[in-house]
Amino acid sequence: MLSAEEWGIVALSLKVGGVAVLATLPIAFALAWVLARHRFPGRVVLDALVHLPLVLPPVVTGWLLLIAFGPFGPAGRWLESWFGVSLMFRWTGAAVAAAIMALPLMVRAMRLSIEGIDRRLEGAARTLGASPWHSFWTISLPLALPGILAALVLGFARSIGEFGATITFVSNIPGETRTLPLAIYSALQVPGGEAMVTRLALLSVALSLGALILSEWLVRRTHGERQRHGD
Amino acid sequence: MAIDIDVARRLGDRSIAARFTAGPGLTALFGPSGAGKTSILNMVAGLLRPDRGHIRIGDRTLFDGAIDLPPEARRVGYVFQDGRLFPHRRVRANLTYGHDIVPSANRWMTLDEAVQFLGIGHLLDRWPHSLSGGEAQRVAIGRALLAGPEILLMDEPLSSLDTARRSDIMVVIERIRDELKLPILYVSHDRAEIDRLATSVVEIGE
Repeated sequence: MLSAEEWGIVALSLKVGGVAVLATLPIAFALAWVLARHRFPGRVVLDALVHLPLVLPPVVTGWLLLIAFGPFGPAGRWLESWFGVSLMFRWTGAAVAAAIMALPLMVRAMRLSIEGIDRRLEGAARTLGASPWHSFWTISLPLALPGILAALVLGFARSIGEFGATITFVSNIPGETRTLPLAIYSALQVPGGEAMVTRLALLSVALSLGALILSEWLVRRTHGERQRHGD
Repeated sequence: MAIDIDVARRLGDRSIAARFTAGPGLTALFGPSGAGKTSILNMVAGLLRPDRGHIRIGDRTLFDGAIDLPPEARRVGYVFQDGRLFPHRRVRANLTYGHDIVPSANRWMTLDEAVQFLGIGHLLDRWPHSLSGGEAQRVAIGRALLAGPEILLMDEPLSSLDTARRSDIMVVIERIRDELKLPILYVSHDRAEIDRLATSVVEIGE
């Protein structure tokens, strides 16, 4: 049904999306925690920065990444001199673009569930002998789990749909940075590419739907297990 | 074991202050709502820092100007008004939560003993969500006892229960006082409750 080239596109998209989301998860959780729990000077600025990719035109985000990670950019020079790597025109760059775009959604989802935790439960855990860390691992984190799962799926769906920042930052290179949306865009430019467009578009719909259904199921499973045993 | 408490704390425009010693048995902190009874328990538990004063249990200082033990180092059990069970853990895992953390030398009750003492064997595999108010309060008491406390704080533990359940739990509290001989600081604004349970009464907020 799918050609080898199309399978390659799917595999690349899953790789970019998966790496982006997994690498972002700890950072996004830390940001969500800090924003939900702490009051400090600059909090409003941090909050705005985290949300910026959500409202900025993706092309601008891509251009900023280009400046930061380009051969003369601060992040690019640092990566080059310390690790001898460059993200330019590489799939890793596509993952960075996807991660930046997914970050606000992931932070929002987790922040909501962290804010929903009854902090008095953490106090109860402390009176039972739990250190702050133990209480975090055994009480706060498990109670935030539905939000973490939702963040993973939302972030993943956002990542595999990323277009503007990716094409601006790492271009549209077959086999390296040409993810599903970029491939669909390319196929649209080619006479007779409609069949491929249709197949890839259907695939996108399937992946996104699958992600949503998976997240619903996961959230229900973590929530529901406690409720189903009622009475 | 004498409990020696002298604390003061400002919360907004309220001043909370208490100074008393409590011996064995159940010491009731009695007073109108808003007098800061719960805040005093929170200070003893280490959940609220006094502005000044001291808290001592026997020869252990939990708080004074220089010392401020974190809640987990105080060996003060706390039964909250609303039970406050962990919603993501079954009853068994709620009961063993503290028991599994504290040093084994501090424990003085096994899970089996606590389950038998409170009559909650049939609840072990249930989720907190599915418990009645009385059942949840029994589990909360068991969870506190199993962490091996030296004293027990109880904050209006009967207030969310109907009459029948209240007298059930009162029997449990009397047995903690008389059989386990655990000193209890007990907050209530119900005179009848205190008349039945209290060994001594401290008036809070005149």
